Amino acid sequence: MLRIENLTAEVDGKPILKGVTLEVPDGEVHAIMGPNGAGKSTLSYALSGREGYEITGGTAVLNGVDLLEMEPEERAAAGLFLAFQYPVELPGVGNANFLRTALNAIRRTRGEAEVDAMQFLKLARARMKELSMPEDMLKRGVNVGFSGGEKKRNEILQMALLQPRIAILDETDSGLDIDALKIVADGVNAMRGPGFSALVITHYQRLLNHIVPDRVHVLADGRILTSGGPELAHRLEAEGYAGVLEEAA
Amino acid sequence: MPAVEETLDTVRDATQGAYKWGFETDIEMDFAPKGLNEDIVRFISAKKNEPAWLLEWRLRAFEAWKGMEEPRWPAVTYPPIDYQDAYYYAAPKEKIGPKSLDEVDPELLRTYAKLGIPLKEQAILAGVEGAGDVPSEGGRMPIAVDAVFDSVSVATTYKDRLEKDGIIFCPISEAVQTHPELVKKYLGSVVPHTDNFFAALNSAVFTDGSFVYIPKGVRCPMELSTYFRINAKSTGQFERTLIIADEGAIVSYLEGCTAPQRDENQLHAAVVELVAMDDASIKYSTVQNWYPGDENGVGGIYNFVTKRAACRGKRSKVSWTQVETGSAITWKYPSCILQGEDSVGEFYSVAITNNHQQADTGTKMIHLGKGSRSTIVSKGISAGQGQNTYRGLVRISPKATGARNFTQCDSLLIGDLCGAHTVPYIENRCMTAKVEHEATTSRIAEDQLFYCRQRGLTQEDAVGLIVNGFCREVLKELPMEFAVEAQKLLQISLEGSVG
Repeated sequence: MLRIENLTAEVDGKPILKGVTLEVPDGEVHAIMGPNGAGKSTLSYALSGREGYEITGGTAVLNGVDLLEMEPEERAAAGLFLAFQYPVELPGVGNANFLRTALNAIRRTRGEAEVDAMQFLKLARARMKELSMPEDMLKRGVNVGFSGGEKKRNEILQMALLQPRIAILDETDSGLDIDALKIVADGVNAMRGPGFSALVITHYQRLLNHIVPDRVHVLADGRILTSGGPELAHRLEAEGYAGVLEEAA
Repeated sequence: MPAVEETLDTVRDATQGAYKWGFETDIEMDFAPKGLNEDIVRFISAKKNEPAWLLEWRLRAFEAWKGMEEPRWPAVTYPPIDYQDAYYYAAPKEKIGPKSLDEVDPELLRTYAKLGIPLKEQAILAGVEGAGDVPSEGGRMPIAVDAVFDSVSVATTYKDRLEKDGIIFCPISEAVQTHPELVKKYLGSVVPHTDNFFAALNSAVFTDGSFVYIPKGVRCPMELSTYFRINAKSTGQFERTLIIADEGAIVSYLEGCTAPQRDENQLHAAVVELVAMDDASIKYSTVQNWYPGDENGVGGIYNFVTKRAACRGKRSKVSWTQVETGSAITWKYPSCILQGEDSVGEFYSVAITNNHQQADTGTKMIHLGKGSRSTIVSKGISAGQGQNTYRGLVRISPKATGARNFTQCDSLLIGDLCGAHTVPYIENRCMTAKVEHEATTSRIAEDQLFYCRQRGLTQEDAVGLIVNGFCREVLKELPMEFAVEAQKLLQISLEGSVG
């Protein structure tokens, strides 16, 4: 369970989050929608502990653990995963090496045995098959020369391997064609279950046709202005943010 | 500065005084007295029981050195070195060639263990008889080791096995005795005794080093390796390495260097000469981990080294790979003189400077032969207040038709107090030659670090991963076992450099 209460955060001294309150119970997928500049990406970075995103108030607790007190890598070990809107390239770092290093870092922190290269390959190949990823992506540099779709699929592969308790997907649908969108959605849906929850940040209803959310929240001007069931996303798609926001205000 | 001269004179007098009653009578002596003069050169030569021609060669080098000045062009700064305030000869107290492990100083064995010399080689290094006849554990490729401890080569392993193929791998002091014709023919033939200040100094006072001769058509069946170590206080280490690959011979040579922590600066001025004849191939790999000084820049090794290869034969090939993580100051340009037609020179380098370390390193590729080719890949990493300079020369003579060079220089900066500099010299006198130079400078980006940390890596692991990725093209040139060691070294060298 992720519980965010009255979270405020600023970037370069400018308040962006102005009191976000949100609860994602175990096993649920929630969507966050909102216009540009609403603070969607800031929320994901504030929760994952990125430098430059300064928390000025409020709390964020994952399964009873205070996220805001922890280093980014400790949050990851606690089960928080962020699928990046713009996955970062790491030239010369082999994807397989990176994924195994990450997996073992998290397993170490959790007190689990590390996986060796052979075990990892077996694990990775099985997941990659599910995501229709060609095997040579393991050999390439992390995200180097990947197409937009490949980068996003690589994020989902990492999620599948690291088995987080909560995944924040920051506009994972941007730049995806319909086939890639389906693959990504299938990857998330495959993980759905009592021990996994997700916060799906998106501009568009499109992704939510494939990942059907339990709840939809509208974030605008640094606050959750309204929440509802999946039908809220359809309304937003049909009426635009302006109408819905006016009504909520 | 009369005061300084006076001091020098006093020191000189004192050391010469010591010599008068010391050298000739006390043959068991472990140290030559501090200071450098003709008598010290004679003493070293006498200690090594050298033939007259070698003593004369040393004396000529010493004469030349006296008239030379330290190079001032490297982008490094350090206080003046008092060459009279150092020992030029130090030998381990233990006699060479003990018959059993019990005779070996346990301290020496512990040193080897710390250096990561495999247990089996340790036993052999200690000189236990018969230890070299058993195959290495786990079917791993054996490595023949020649360990130079301060000035004396302690032992050479796997020598018998190599001898079956006619390979000579021994301390150069031994080669002077057993193969004087080879040493005389090649010593100073690539790096003349007058080449530069530090090479002249080395020629005058070198005490030991490795000698390798691979006969015609022989592929050396194992990696040859030398571990250099500076141990004694205020001892300059002046080792001299000479490797000759005759026609069609192939050899891979590894050099590992380490030094214990000391808060004064120690001078290390080595010379390495490589000779490759027709179709011969020499791969020379270095992992240099001399003590870099502390985080305030106190202490550390001055690593002033001349390394040069002569690709004399047609289609000969020399490949230098170096991972330079240590030393307070590194001044080093492993070079290739590409004389032979279609000869090939390669230089793969990673140099790290952290804290107050300074490195001015690179290579020279001198193209003389038709169709000669060279590749230079240099990766410089600066952190803390480190200063890292790539300095390289590509010279193509008018006769080197169709010569080719490709150079890639990449710099990675960590933090905002360090510096990276690239100084490439290209002299092309041949219309048909092709020379390419690429250079990049980058930082470890905040988003790269955050991405790694979000996946559970600590800041330091993330830096290690990114740096290893940056150096991958060079690290993959290293023999497998060295590559693993080098990766760890890179990470250790950069500890505390971020955040």
